[in-house]
Amino acid sequence: MQATIDDLIPVFRDVLENDKLVILEATTADDIEEWDSLNHIYLVVAIEKKFGVKFTTQEIQGWKCVGDILIDMSKK
Amino acid sequence: MKVVILGNYATQFFAKSLKNSFKLYGLSIELYTAEFNTTEYEILDENSQLYKFKPDYIVWHESTLGIRDAFYKTDTLLRSGFADSYLSRTMSLVSEVQKRLPSVKILFPNHSLTFNDNLFGNYFAKVESSWRFQVDKINYLLNVSSMTSNSFYVISSSPVDTLEPVTDYTQVANAELHFTLSYLTWMSEAIVKIVQSFSGKFTKCVVLDLDNTLWGGIIGDDGVEGIQLGSHGVGKSFVRFQKWLKELKNRGIILAVCSKNDDQIARIPFLEHPEMVLKMEDIAVFIANWQSKADNLAQIQKILNIGFDSIVFLDDNPAERDIVRKHIPGIIVPELPEDPSYYLPFLIKENIFETTSFSANDSERTRQYQEESKRMELSSSITNMDDFLNSLEMSATLTSFGRPDYERISQLTQRSNQFNLRTVRYTTSDIANIASDDSFLTLAVELSDKFGKYGLISVVIIKLSGTDAHIDTWIMSCRVLKRTVEHMAMNHVIDILHEKGIQTLYGEYLPTAKNKLVETLLEDLGMTEYENDKFIITTESYKKLKTYIKYAGDN
Repeated sequence: MQATIDDLIPVFRDVLENDKLVILEATTADDIEEWDSLNHIYLVVAIEKKFGVKFTTQEIQGWKCVGDILIDMSKK
Repeated sequence: MKVVILGNYATQFFAKSLKNSFKLYGLSIELYTAEFNTTEYEILDENSQLYKFKPDYIVWHESTLGIRDAFYKTDTLLRSGFADSYLSRTMSLVSEVQKRLPSVKILFPNHSLTFNDNLFGNYFAKVESSWRFQVDKINYLLNVSSMTSNSFYVISSSPVDTLEPVTDYTQVANAELHFTLSYLTWMSEAIVKIVQSFSGKFTKCVVLDLDNTLWGGIIGDDGVEGIQLGSHGVGKSFVRFQKWLKELKNRGIILAVCSKNDDQIARIPFLEHPEMVLKMEDIAVFIANWQSKADNLAQIQKILNIGFDSIVFLDDNPAERDIVRKHIPGIIVPELPEDPSYYLPFLIKENIFETTSFSANDSERTRQYQEESKRMELSSSITNMDDFLNSLEMSATLTSFGRPDYERISQLTQRSNQFNLRTVRYTTSDIANIASDDSFLTLAVELSDKFGKYGLISVVIIKLSGTDAHIDTWIMSCRVLKRTVEHMAMNHVIDILHEKGIQTLYGEYLPTAKNKLVETLLEDLGMTEYENDKFIITTESYKKLKTYIKYAGDN
């Protein structure tokens, strides 16, 4: 499925409870205070649910930035 | 409510979900989540956060997957004994907790069969050292331990039907999260319901519609031969549904009927239909007329004297359900499915009859309420209250707490919301401790009258210190309101205090949302308010109160 950064922004804002959050493809967890390991799991679950996809363990472990998520989504 | 979560997986998600569920149900929660895999440390170290926190509840969630890993680490030759050693380790930890937190309740989900390993396929029952054999045994042994423990409650780890996966193995690998978030939400709601039940909020009565709820069709139109019950039409489902309702009644849930029907016609199936499981004697209050259901439900509530939030109303008609919901805040009205064959599976899944106690006394309840209906009829034919009370030929025994009654006494402290002076909740073990402590004066009152026995209906606990005494607990079942039971008990209390040389009795009313009924109790008992909601009386100045109950001794 083809998703863009604009599709992910509402999910990130919702899960991280920050309406003004801005993310770019190069954004990493280190850039955003609320993006801790706990919220990381909530993000995965929320993206999987919203877009009807399922990521593999290796895919999730391989993510370095938001762009990597989009790349894996495009393979589904 | 203070809650601690112990577990052998990443429980932070469970913690978050539990907090949400408590909030959703309007309960306050203070939560401490122990670090991953620190259960033994928290329990064995007397200076641990667990003991500093002093929780009311411990939710001890051992992931079956984690235990399975421990099982594989066990030497093959020792695996047949795995369940036994798991149990002895678990129960010795439980008794450590009990030593330091005597009134805590430990909720322990049992082990889920979704973590079966199929190593022996379906041959597992022949191989004692198989994982599946040992898990089954662990669950059985956990039940046995729970049965005899006052603080250890084994709870179900499995929803009735699991359409959603219990585990997402990606999350196990990435975060040691052994359960899906939707499963943890289910578990959290189950725990909220258990906690509510412990604090006295649980279903006590089911009010049933008749046509298309207890049988198919309309009795007024179809006649007793025409309604669907038993082998006719969808009748089998109704029979199965009725059997379950009858079991509920046997467990102590009150059944009542509220139907738009002609009274005589509505009774015919109960009296004449051979496939009818529920009989008239199963129904505590039967109301069939053409008035609004909201009015009739109010009438039922008045007779039973219980809160609307402990009543469930079952009706196949969405419009009736809607009206009742709108007019009676708090009443529980499940959205029954359209297909009658799913009434029962739906109600089982909803688990709206959660309970945290069971005693033989519970199954007596319907008979007691039927007697109450008869008494109400009598009281409307007698206008003079003196005559009425005398005509009841009441007698009572007053005893200090005895072992066979501990469960029932504790239940009264858990269940009573209205006639409850201070609303202190006690577990069975608390009651045992109080009973054996000389600094408490305890009183259990059993009442009977010419219509039958009420059983244990009032409990009084007085704390003694020097020449003073304080009322700790004063509870009475609302079924015996206005019978002068409290007068008799007070006379008795003052007599005993006087004998012991105690001069002053103090009392205090602690208001809650539900106990307005006893706002003036202490004043009615002859005490004087010396400060807001605080009362006092000296045994010297006490004047005996009038009672219509004959003293039948101390048992």
